[in-house]
Amino acid sequence: MKTTVDLLHIGDIARITNVDLDKIPLKLLEMGCFPDNTLEIVQIAPLGDPIYLNVNNGSHLAIRKEMAREIEVEIDEK
Amino acid sequence: MSIQNITVALIGNPNTGKTSVFNQLTGLKQQVGNYPGITVEKKLGFCKLTNTIKANILDLPGTYSLNASSIDENVVIELLLNKNDKLFPDIAVVITDVENLKRNLLLFTQIKDLEIPTILVINMADRMKSKGISLNISHLEEQLKTKIVLVSTRKGYGIDELKNQIVDYKSLSTEPCLNASSIDEEYFNKLRKAFPNQLLYKLWLVITQDVNFLNLERNEIRNSFTKSHSDLKRLQQKETIKRYQFINDTLKIGQTIDSTNATDLRSKLDKVLTHKIFGYAIFFGILLLIFQSIFDWSSVPMDFIDATFADLANYAKTHLSEGEFTNLICEGIIPGIGGIVIFIPQIAFLFMFISVLEESGYMSRVVFLMDKIMRRYGLSGKSVVPLISGTACAIPAIMSARNIENWKERLITILVTPFITCSARLPVYAILIALIIPNKRLFGVLSLQGATLMILYLLGFGMAIFSAYILNKILKVKTKSYFIIEMPNYKLPLFKNVAINVIEKTKSFVFGAGKIILAISIILWYLGSHSSNASFKNAEKIVAEKATAEGKVLEKSELENITSTYKLENSYIGKIGKTIEPAIRPLGYDWKIGIAVVTSFAAREVFVGTLATIYSVGNNNDDSTIKSKMQADVRADGTKIFNFATGVSLLLFYAFAMQCASTLAITKKETNTWKWPIIQLVFMSGFAYITALIAYQILK
Repeated sequence: MKTTVDLLHIGDIARITNVDLDKIPLKLLEMGCFPDNTLEIVQIAPLGDPIYLNVNNGSHLAIRKEMAREIEVEIDEK
Repeated sequence: MSIQNITVALIGNPNTGKTSVFNQLTGLKQQVGNYPGITVEKKLGFCKLTNTIKANILDLPGTYSLNASSIDENVVIELLLNKNDKLFPDIAVVITDVENLKRNLLLFTQIKDLEIPTILVINMADRMKSKGISLNISHLEEQLKTKIVLVSTRKGYGIDELKNQIVDYKSLSTEPCLNASSIDEEYFNKLRKAFPNQLLYKLWLVITQDVNFLNLERNEIRNSFTKSHSDLKRLQQKETIKRYQFINDTLKIGQTIDSTNATDLRSKLDKVLTHKIFGYAIFFGILLLIFQSIFDWSSVPMDFIDATFADLANYAKTHLSEGEFTNLICEGIIPGIGGIVIFIPQIAFLFMFISVLEESGYMSRVVFLMDKIMRRYGLSGKSVVPLISGTACAIPAIMSARNIENWKERLITILVTPFITCSARLPVYAILIALIIPNKRLFGVLSLQGATLMILYLLGFGMAIFSAYILNKILKVKTKSYFIIEMPNYKLPLFKNVAINVIEKTKSFVFGAGKIILAISIILWYLGSHSSNASFKNAEKIVAEKATAEGKVLEKSELENITSTYKLENSYIGKIGKTIEPAIRPLGYDWKIGIAVVTSFAAREVFVGTLATIYSVGNNNDDSTIKSKMQADVRADGTKIFNFATGVSLLLFYAFAMQCASTLAITKKETNTWKWPIIQLVFMSGFAYITALIAYQILK
């Protein structure tokens, strides 16, 4: 199923399919956030934002929902 | 035998333990300063490698890559691109975290492309076993064309091997690991033809980065090789992905992770520390602990220091021969220095807590917890770091706002941080609270004085949030919401790192403030004990005549006291004080407090020193502390000067007024215009005057 990172739940593991380069800073790519890498939702902050990710199996970072919306992912149907 | 000096640069991602390696290599042989013209901290240390080779070790700011996005990161690139810089490294040591090799190696491959001899340090190697990581070192060395040293600063191994490797730097390969030019062959071939003598990757960095690089050359390179911003970014993305492919291929054979036996403390701690109830409760508890330590625990050493300085001044007075110079020492210098030394315990406690919070990885969790809440007020979760470290000092706090990517959020953070109760306000608060709040406990536990201090902290914080809210509504700056924060693994802070940090910070703070205070107290002492006017010179006669005229018979000591007060009032400083008195009388201050408030505009902590100097000059009762002298001071009508209304008014004034020249200077540097520091000064001080006025008029 295709979706975006802001819609995922804690514990979901997904494969990145596309990132919008014009809306995403280079730094996020350098942290490992680019197509074909996996990402896992580690935590979501109590108020629903930001989102704490484990990208590319080891790179732990948090981003805001707004940016998460620009990362398209593919997740297996449960 | 000649001694050879080599320069070693430590480079690495944040949170890889770079500074621990630096501390292990250099011990306390460190110099902390700034890079010329900018306020990025420059840490240089020294290390004797052999009898003939000495190393200058440079701890560069942490960076995720050579694509810089802040001035801290620019420092790294500018140094590495400029062979003529006197700190240009002979060897680059790239520090990586064994648990995060994949991402850390990205920076390594970039450094390698600059063809500088490079050593790869894999730090925190003691964690390999518990994480189930094993490494094929010879394969990695071959693929990465480098020497690898496994280091654990916690367990203390690998440092000697690193030193040996540094000595042997000539044997290191300078060959790049991968050919980045394949991302756009045609473009890079043209570039190579146009500048055959330059490194290709260096040219690429000059084109993509906004750094200072021999301007002429840079314009030439840029003009003939411009690409649109998004084209460049597309190429940078290609480059990044290519680097990761190389790293993945290398690690496929070089690293195996068997996570079946791995302990997973991180996720367990994360669950609790970012929990919707426990998370906030723990954060609040930690804040309470910090305040408790500042006011309660540090009062013991502070009282001791206070008494020691009073004794010292007294001792000097009785043992030195009488004269101008003795007066300067006893009345100017000793109380002035005492005024700053007294708050070393509080500063040390604060820096210790902040250092532990950052080292342990907890601070990132606080940022994560607070981001959504802070955004409501136009701030970022990352503003928590400046707001907390602002309790120590606004200057490093404002600098730490650099991590905030969004300009509007960063600007608001910079503007409101000075409202946070910094340690320079503490001695002022401490002495005023001791004067006007009784030393009682509420319900037998809560100390009234402690509670007052807590209220002042909350007031500062509340005001910061309130003005942020207002600024958020007023400021019209359109920026994208852009926020990335690394969530590092938890670490037990290393004692040595915390200790060095606390010592360095406290030292620079005390010496920095100490110089100003010393200078001001000498000037004040001079102004307070000299005058050109006749009533000052004939003070003894005038006072005696006056007493006789009023028919009073005074004892000798009483006469002396009245004479010295009279002298002070007629000295230069008395005259200045009397001139400004009309402006501050509505706030409940007399001219002595007025002088202290005015001198505080250089730095707040000067308040105590100033009063100490003024009261020492005008008082012969030497064995008492500054506090008891202030307590005893009365107005002409016999009422106490430091009564409740005046005390509250002063507390409010110091809570809100912008009285720190260094903070204004740093705001100017960080915002590149005088507009913002001037707004800070006018708004904060105006607000302080009004609240102090209202408070005094209601309470008096």
